Order: sequence, then C-alpha cells, then structure tokens
Amino acid sequence: MVNGVVVEFPALKLMLLLPALGVVFNLFLGRRAGRAIVNVVSVAAVVGAFLLALWALGELLALPAGSALKATLWSWIYVGPLQIDLGLRFDALAAVMTLVVSGVGSIIHLYSCGYMGEDPDYARFFAYMNLFTLSMLVLVLGNNLLFMFIGWEGVGLCSYLLIAFWYDNAQFAYNGRKAFVVNRIGDAGFLLGIFALAAAFASRGLWTLDFAAMREHISLVSSAVATMAGLLFFLGATGKSAQIPLYVWLPDAMVGPTPVSALIHAATMVTAGVYMVARLGFLYQLTPATMEVVAAVGAITAFFAATVALAQSDIKRVLAYSTISQIGYMFLGAGAGAFGAAIFHIVTHAFFKALLFLGAGSVMHALGGEQDMSRMGGLRRKLPVTHATMLVATLAITAVPGFSGFFSKDEILEAAYVSGHYWLWGLGVITAGLTGLYMFRLFFLTFYGRSRVEAARLPRLHESPAVMTIPLVILALLSLGGGWIGLPAGMLWGDRIGEFLRPVVGQVKSVPGLEALALSAVASAAALSGLVLAFVFYVAAPGLPERAAAWSGALYRALREKYYVDELYDFLVTRPLFFLSDVAFDRVIDSYAIEGLVDGAAAAARGGAAAIRRVETGNVQHYALTYLCGALAVLAYCLYYSMRHG
Amino acid sequence: MTPVSYYLVLGAALFAIGVAGVVIRRNLIVIFMSIEVMLNAVNLTLVALGRALGSTDGQVMVFFVMTVGAAEAAVGLALILAAFRSRHTIKADELNLMRW
Repeated sequence: MVNGVVVEFPALKLMLLLPALGVVFNLFLGRRAGRAIVNVVSVAAVVGAFLLALWALGELLALPAGSALKATLWSWIYVGPLQIDLGLRFDALAAVMTLVVSGVGSIIHLYSCGYMGEDPDYARFFAYMNLFTLSMLVLVLGNNLLFMFIGWEGVGLCSYLLIAFWYDNAQFAYNGRKAFVVNRIGDAGFLLGIFALAAAFASRGLWTLDFAAMREHISLVSSAVATMAGLLFFLGATGKSAQIPLYVWLPDAMVGPTPVSALIHAATMVTAGVYMVARLGFLYQLTPATMEVVAAVGAITAFFAATVALAQSDIKRVLAYSTISQIGYMFLGAGAGAFGAAIFHIVTHAFFKALLFLGAGSVMHALGGEQDMSRMGGLRRKLPVTHATMLVATLAITAVPGFSGFFSKDEILEAAYVSGHYWLWGLGVITAGLTGLYMFRLFFLTFYGRSRVEAARLPRLHESPAVMTIPLVILALLSLGGGWIGLPAGMLWGDRIGEFLRPVVGQVKSVPGLEALALSAVASAAALSGLVLAFVFYVAAPGLPERAAAWSGALYRALREKYYVDELYDFLVTRPLFFLSDVAFDRVIDSYAIEGLVDGAAAAARGGAAAIRRVETGNVQHYALTYLCGALAVLAYCLYYSMRHG
Repeated sequence: MTPVSYYLVLGAALFAIGVAGVVIRRNLIVIFMSIEVMLNAVNLTLVALGRALGSTDGQVMVFFVMTVGAAEAAVGLALILAAFRSRHTIKADELNLMRW
C-alpha cells in the first residue's frame, strides 16, 4: 500500500452542513417561503456540496497518492477503551462517491424543480431530497462503521419517505413499507457484521471501528470471523443494493416520484452496498469464499433481473430491473476483486441510469403520467431532446464501444474472466446481450413504431421545459464521455480513475492486451446482437414479439410475472408471518398470556383490597385493641432482648 | 416501710383494669374514666419509684400528667357531648361512620 498523508480539512464539515440547512429550511419555512425560494435553496445546498467536493478533490490530488483529508465533527462514544468519533474521511474512494452523489444529485435536484412544479407538497419533497443528500454524504464520508451506519439508515429512511411520498395512495404507502421492511432485514445483517468485527478486534485488544485502523490491523481477524462478518455485511448490501434474495423492494419502489427513482433508486443509494463492500475490501480479500459468494450473487442477479426486464411493460419497472442487473455487474466486479472497476461502474451507471430515469420522467411528464409502454410509441418527433438523450443513455447501458458503460463493464468482465470463474464471465456476457435487447426494446417501444398514445393525450403532448431538458443534456454528455476517465491501461491517458482508486481498493490482475481486446470484442458482440435483435423485434417486424411470446408460453408468463418471486415470498414469508402474528401472537399470547397477566394484576389488586379494607371497621375500640397488641409485642420484644443481652 | 414492689403491682393492676375498660366497655364516658384510671396508675408508679429512689423527678412528672389529664378531660368531655348532640348516642360501636 502506498503511504499517503492524512490532512485536516475542516471544509468537509461544511459539505454536510449545507444539505442539513436545506432540510431545516424546507421543513420549517418551506411552505411559507414559496416555490421559487425552496427551489433555489435546495438546489444551492446540493450544488454547494458539489463545489466543496471539487475543492476537496483538488486538495486531495495535490497530496501524494493514497492520502486522505479528514475532519472530526464531535466525539461520540467514549466507553472505556472504545472511542468512536463522528469523523469524516475523504480519500479517493470517498471522493469518487461524493462527487457522484453531489454532482448527479445537483442535476437531479435541478430537474426536480421542473418535474415537481405542479406538486403542492414541494417543500416536503425537497426537504426529503436534501435529507437524502445529507445521509448519503454521511454514508460515504464516515470514517468508521457506526457513522457509516447512521448514513446507511438515513438513506433507507429517505427512501421509504420518498417512495411513499404520495402516501394518500394506499398501494404506494404499502410499497414504501415493503422497501423499509426488506431493507431492515439487510440492515440487521450489517449491524451483526459490525458486532462481529468489533468483537473480533476487541478480543485482540484493539477497540476500534475506524476503517483505517481496521484495515491496518485486519490480520488480527481470524478467517472464520472474516467469513461470517463478510457474509453479514453482504446481506446488508443485498438489502440496500437490491440483490438476490432481497431485491424485491426495488421494482415496487418505482411508485415514488421519478427524480427519486433516478437519484435514490438508480444513481446513488442502491449502489451504497457496492461502496460498502469496496470500503471493506480489505476484509473480503481475506476470504476467497466470501468473494466468490459476492461475485456469484452479483452475476446471477444480473442475469436474472435482465430476463425479467425483457417482459415488463411499465417503463420504470424495466429500468428498475435493469438497475438491479447493473448492480449485479458491480458485485460481480467486486467479488472478482476489481473493486475499482465496480466503483467505476457505479460512476458511469449513475450517469446513464439517472439519465434514463429522467428521460422516462420526461416522457411521463409529456404523457400526463403514463408509464405503460404499450400506450407509447412514435414519440421521437414530439420529444426530440428526450429522444436524443435517451438514445445516448441506452447506448451507454448497452455498453456500445466508446460510450461510458462500455469501459466500466469491460473492466468488470475482464476481472471476472481473470478470476478464473469462467461461468461468471459467461453469465456476464449473456447478460450484456440481454441488456442490449431489453434496453432497446424499451427505447424502440417508446420512441419508434406506430403511436399507441391515447387520443385524449395527443394534443397536450409537449417536450419538457428547459429546467428538465438541460439536466438531460448534461447527463447525456457525461454518459457519452464519462467513461473516458477509465480507459484500458496503456491506451492514451490510461485508466485514470483506476489509478486514483488503487491505493484504497487495491490492484487487480489484468490480461495481456490482445486477450483483453478479444474479451471486449466478445462482450460488445453480445451487446450489439441484443441491440440488433431488439431492432428486428420492435421496429422491423412488429408482429414478431407477440408470436415469440405465444411460442415460449410458460416461460414468457414466468418472465412477465417476475418468476412469481413476490408470490413465493408472500407464500413463504409474509403469510406465515401474518398467520403467526394473527393466531399465535394475537389470539393466544396476547389474548391469554398478556391480557391474563395485565387483567390478573388488576384483579389481584382489587381482590386483595376488598379483603384488607375490612380492617377499617370505624370502631375506635378495634383500633385501640390493635394498638394494644402492637404495644404488647414491642414490650415482649424489649423484654426478650434485654434478657438475651442482659 | 412498705416495699416499692407493692406500689408497682398495684399500679400495674390499675393500669390493666384501665386497659380492659377501654377495650371492653361500650360507653364512651366509662372508656374515658378507664383512661383516667390508666393515667393515675402511671402516676402512682411514678410517685412510688421517685420516693424509693429518693428523687423528686417522679413527683414533678406527676404534676405534669395531672395538668395534661385535666386538659384532656375538658376536651374529651366536650367531644363526647358534641358526639351525643349529633348522633344521640355515646356507644363506641355505634359511632362508626369512618368505616369501609
């Protein structure tokens, strides 16, 4: 590891303060201040954080490689030898994440000003959005596991609040709760992982949860504990990052406002699991078995979600499954040891996936909230900017050479190949083909072919206002060029982001140039064939999809119904749980045990009092007699005592 | 000279009679009289012990007891009178309004 220096940089605190002020302002003064001021304040808070992040990046780049900036907010927990501060650490990994969170966050906040322009509850919306930015920055900047966990829970809370933003719709509120509960399962894993790691270090005399200290002394942890802690942390990651088996909440989370889907459920929060695994890379590298689990879950999720995405008709749902699939790629990369590639894919994914969601939002905005692709089609002339930017994003996610997604996905697939698990690489390549197919299916169904828009909506069809299209254009430029910060090593300026991250996340093996080229060619061929297939299916021969669906029968139904996983979980988990709580806990334990205990206590008090109160006869002579007995007893005791002790 | 134990036994006997009267008799006047018997039993004990020990403390205390007893008699009789006026009885077991 390269030895860098750690420099005090108090402006990091300001980076948290700005969104925090935004939350307070929007929450308490937002309604009174009015729409314009709320828009300015909340966008300025995030843009300010972004500018501070740029400043911090400049400072960091001036230091030797492997350096970090730090700041301490407060001393938090001081118990015996355990000292935990609310400390911030801005190293290369945190820098990349901070820039993505605040940068893409700024663009999406700007877009939200237009998208939420009609919503009466804009102040609450922006308060939650700023709170999310704050939590996410805490998550990526926290220098220890507990502080990170605060951010982790904070983004989960914001996710819940924003999915259920239109809470007067019972289904939306239910989906919010579902996301919250499913995440809770993962969070329990995260928490247990923290306990396991803290206990393992403490038993060797090291009381710390600080990342830098843990990394330095990771050799104190036995491989059994490392495996357990790694798997527990990964359970947490599967919850937050929507991987098998805890991915079920993400597609349902799409009922939230579209900027929320873009910011939280595509670009930033759902990649927190990948970030966490990369941050704890030193732990995962101890145990190859855990790494294999991570890679396998990632690859299988990527493939699984891509197949489901093929048969969905809701535009946002397709994007949700594609997010799950892309995060699967990131875990595949992380599990193969290429944490840098995984983080790089977070970055490019943040660009093109945010763009896809915002583009979908723009389409929905134009169509008055329509999300069903079977009622779209032929929109490219009506929505030229949306069409062009969506095309860039779709090419980027398909990993067409030259677009941002290509470089990051290529690095991941190369790492998977190098790791020696060729089936993971194969699955990744097949998924790349599926990605091209389902993404261009979405694109062609939306913008090409015959218009299937409802007649009533046609006259009001319009391109979105500039406040929405400008963010689309910025993101399109980033989706187009964002990948060039991570070219293959040796080409032009090389893998800049990889070199930047290397001191934090470590080095990966690579394959010789020619072999790497061949790998890229295979993956690109798969992606392009997906693209071509989509063109044939949805533009050239529009009748074909239905015939294919009819021909594949049960398989197509299974895909459309998402493999019946929701039904399966409902049957295996939800219903038994409801049955248990309804029958065992409510009707038996609550009705008999708890109520028996409570009512019993009351009955005992009443019965006892009924018996004891009879001593109060009101007859003064009874009292005198009692008094006499007491006096005699005292007398007897005094006599006894004096006789014993003389 | 009569031994002091005679006085003490007499005092204890008088006190026991007083206690029995307080606990057993129903008439408030009689109860009241029994209390006076108890007071005087104590007085007798105090005087006897004072004389036997050659001290005047016992006699001094007896004066105080007599003073308090006189005051108590005045208050007690007034209470009994008041109770009779309102309830038309001075039987202790019938004056039991403060019961459960």
